[in-house]
Amino acid sequence: MGIDLALLWAIIILFGVMMYVVMDGFDLGIGVLYLFVPGKDDRDVMMNTVAPVWDGNETWLVLGGAGLLAAFPLAYAVILSAFMLPLVFMLLGLIFRGVAFEFRFKAGASARHFWDKAFIAGSIAATFFQGVTLGAYIDGVPIANGAYAGGPLDWLRPFPIFTGFGLIVAYALLGCTWLVFKTEGRLQRRMVQLARPLTLGLLAVIIALSVWTPLAHPRIAERWFSMPNLLWFAPVPVLVALTAYALLRALRTEPHAGPFLLTLVLVFLGYSGLGISLWPNVIPPDVSIWDASGPAQSQGFTLVGALLIIPMILMYTAWSYYVFRGKVKSGEGYH
Amino acid sequence: MDADALLLARIQFGFTISFHIIFPAITIGLASYLFVLEACWLKTGKPVFRDLYAYWLRIFAVNFAMGVVSGLVMAYQFGTNWSYFSQFAGGITGPLLAYEVLTAFFLEAGFLGVMLFGLKRVGPGLHLFATFMVALGTLISATWILASNSWMQTPAGFEIVGGRAVPVDWIAVILNPSFPYRLAHMSMAAFLATALMVAAAAGWHLLRGRDDPAVRKMMSMAMWMLLFAAPLQLAIGDLHGLNTLRHQPAKLAAIEGHWENEPGRAVPFTLVGWPDMRQEKNHFAVEIPHGGSLLLTHSWDGQFPGLKEFAPQDRPNATVVFWTFRLMVGLGLLMIALAAWGAWARWRGRLFESRALWRCALYMGPSGLVAMIAGWMTTEVGRQPWIVYGVMRTADGVSPHGAGELALTLALFVVVYFVLFGAGTVYMLQLIGRGPAPMAEPEGGPGEQRTPSRPLSAAGPAAAAPSEHG
Ligand code: HDD
Ligand code: HEM
Ligand code: HEM
Repeated sequence: MGIDLALLWAIIILFGVMMYVVMDGFDLGIGVLYLFVPGKDDRDVMMNTVAPVWDGNETWLVLGGAGLLAAFPLAYAVILSAFMLPLVFMLLGLIFRGVAFEFRFKAGASARHFWDKAFIAGSIAATFFQGVTLGAYIDGVPIANGAYAGGPLDWLRPFPIFTGFGLIVAYALLGCTWLVFKTEGRLQRRMVQLARPLTLGLLAVIIALSVWTPLAHPRIAERWFSMPNLLWFAPVPVLVALTAYALLRALRTEPHAGPFLLTLVLVFLGYSGLGISLWPNVIPPDVSIWDASGPAQSQGFTLVGALLIIPMILMYTAWSYYVFRGKVKSGEGYH
Repeated sequence: MDADALLLARIQFGFTISFHIIFPAITIGLASYLFVLEACWLKTGKPVFRDLYAYWLRIFAVNFAMGVVSGLVMAYQFGTNWSYFSQFAGGITGPLLAYEVLTAFFLEAGFLGVMLFGLKRVGPGLHLFATFMVALGTLISATWILASNSWMQTPAGFEIVGGRAVPVDWIAVILNPSFPYRLAHMSMAAFLATALMVAAAAGWHLLRGRDDPAVRKMMSMAMWMLLFAAPLQLAIGDLHGLNTLRHQPAKLAAIEGHWENEPGRAVPFTLVGWPDMRQEKNHFAVEIPHGGSLLLTHSWDGQFPGLKEFAPQDRPNATVVFWTFRLMVGLGLLMIALAAWGAWARWRGRLFESRALWRCALYMGPSGLVAMIAGWMTTEVGRQPWIVYGVMRTADGVSPHGAGELALTLALFVVVYFVLFGAGTVYMLQLIGRGPAPMAEPEGGPGEQRTPSRPLSAAGPAAAAPSEHG
């Protein structure tokens, strides 16, 4: 067959993970922002902005996992068993914050504090360990005889810990600008205030990563700084700078959807930078998407479904967001 | 791979899936029930249906959240703990799981928001459609995951190339020999478990003197469902067992506690007893002569393979499956009895008078879930020592972790699951205990924080406790 199934699958999985980062990013970010917003009414509003959609957001993560298993079983097996501990911590975090959505509103006043804390802690833990996993992944996964060959605590190093904190900042900014978009009045003003330092923080994280990653990984340095590549990739950092500037400006005047969209662009750029660094490996540093491919019959069979169904999913997901469009007001849940 | 780590990985899988399966079962049953309620409401305009919809929707929302987060764990556990299995079989189980995500999980999640919060925004017609899509999603989800599990039980449509399973015929993979039975049996189990829960809720309120049209309607609907589903489940289960005999004879011998055949002698049915794996016989056995032959070969003295015909290392643990199977079937028979009693009471016009019946319905509330877990135990323990029956051993599928990490994560899962899902169960029981509330009139009364659709809003404070906020 003339089609490069592995390539198509890599694109689909990258797209799924991207969707996940963007969408679950802002609802995890809201959990982080709970730290800065103590009032019950405000917290109700914040949660109501995502209550109808969070489950769909999280489903992109499941698609990432299932797609990896279907198309690159070797990568699924090696990466997941390598990062068993951070992944389990992440899952536990997602459990806490997922049930908190429902339990918080069912609980009486005294238990509500507990579920608020569960929501905060769960969101932060899930985000942090996603970041840790990402950092450890960039660092590379040692492999021997088709299995993970490192230790259970290999991820406990400065770089992954740093990416863990970095992701908290990124998700917080996504959540913050989402709330600028979806709320009004005092809460919105509070979010505008928070958005500025968060933007600068994220910029600092991006710069630190851009320096640290090539320094620590000669291959990645070569990818970026060797000659025609440098010209091709130069727009990425330039665009990052421009977007961050536009974002800070947009926060100054009557902000609405603008800051959120610009944050999306920023996250997308960071994500592409990562893609450029790692391509075409699915298990860094040296197992490529072609080496890790599952049977062609499996990739082909699932590809048909993915290409037909993902557009439909995007349509009804968009519809659901459309149904719940507009600002969420205090004291008003969805009707 | 040391034996402790293997055991811990198995316990972890069994523990997390057993918790998970409880929520999907209720999700599947309730989603369809909610669809029926809403359709009845739109058709007849009777307020009982709307009140019942609002009531069960809130319970559904709590249950669904727990189903989602416990399911998330399952999707990752194949990679974290069963990496050799995933490498070997990922080309088959992966696409099935991926199709489940694409066709079911997104459908459920995409329409769930509208179902829970959207009545006022989209109007009744579209809202009914959203409810339908969620209900459909739950059934599609069951279909894919059971195809995957059934393939592990009775693998078909593949060949082994370069040390991994490569699909050659997808139809044969999906429609593998045990799949139709398992799908029918599990879906029916979900409906039964939900009907029993609804009947128990109605029984509870009737016993406490809350006799209103909504409570009566619940009892009546649940009893109809039981009357239809409980006997059907017996029939499906019987066919399922016959099929198992054909494809997994060692499992069936263990279920029956059947050790060996004597030439020309019929196989008895062992009602109770204690299969002893070491001494290869049953202690304290109470037998019905010819029972086994009749049940499984449908003839007076037919024979089927006994456990001793399989090498000791290929035998599942008969002590466990013997008893989990009897627990399931025993409860199934009790369900049939309850359904028959309910039908008889209805016929005599005593369905809403017989306290003894209500009490039984209440006590039988959890029996559907218990039977379901027992059934899964039978199926999964009976598959051992294989992870893919006859093809790959469980011991060869596990990830190369040390016992330490596995013990740590298992301990975390146990603590977190008991605390969180325990709290969730308490909230569900509280919601059930409040009973269906008639909805307020369109503008919402003074002091009501919400307009009338408020009880429909799953994320809202419960309508029955307006004093808490305002
Ligand atoms: C018979 C039905 C059935 C069975 C046997 C299983 N599940 Fe399940 N699962 C469902 C029926 C279901 C469901 C009804 O579709 C759920 C419950 C709540 C929900 O959102 O969907 C669900 C949720 C659910 C989710 C969350 C989906 C989301 O984000 O919306 C995942 C990832 C899984 N499951 C994965 C699994 C795995 C890996 C299983 C086996 C080992 C498994 N499920 C057994
Ligand atoms: C895709 C679907 C499934 C897969 C791949 C799967 C796989 C496994 C694996 C790897 C184990 C551990 C090995 C072992 O038994 O020692 C296991 C055990 C078990 N599974 Fe499944 N399973 C699936 C579905 C289910 C479902 C839906 C249930 C529902 C409750 C279930 C119940 C159990 C139980 C109770 C055990 C413990 C039995 C034991 O450890 O002896 N399984 N299964
Ligand atoms: C009433 C008579 C029943 C019979 C004869 C029966 C028969 C069986 C058999 C033979 C199996 C094992 C199939 C295999 O592993 O190959 C099984 C599994 C199972 N049973 Fe039953 N069953 C009955 C009632 C019930 C009830 C009442 C429930 C739950 C409400 C239930 C839920 C299950 C489940 C969840 C499984 C595991 C999934 C599967 O393999 O289908 N069963 N049953």
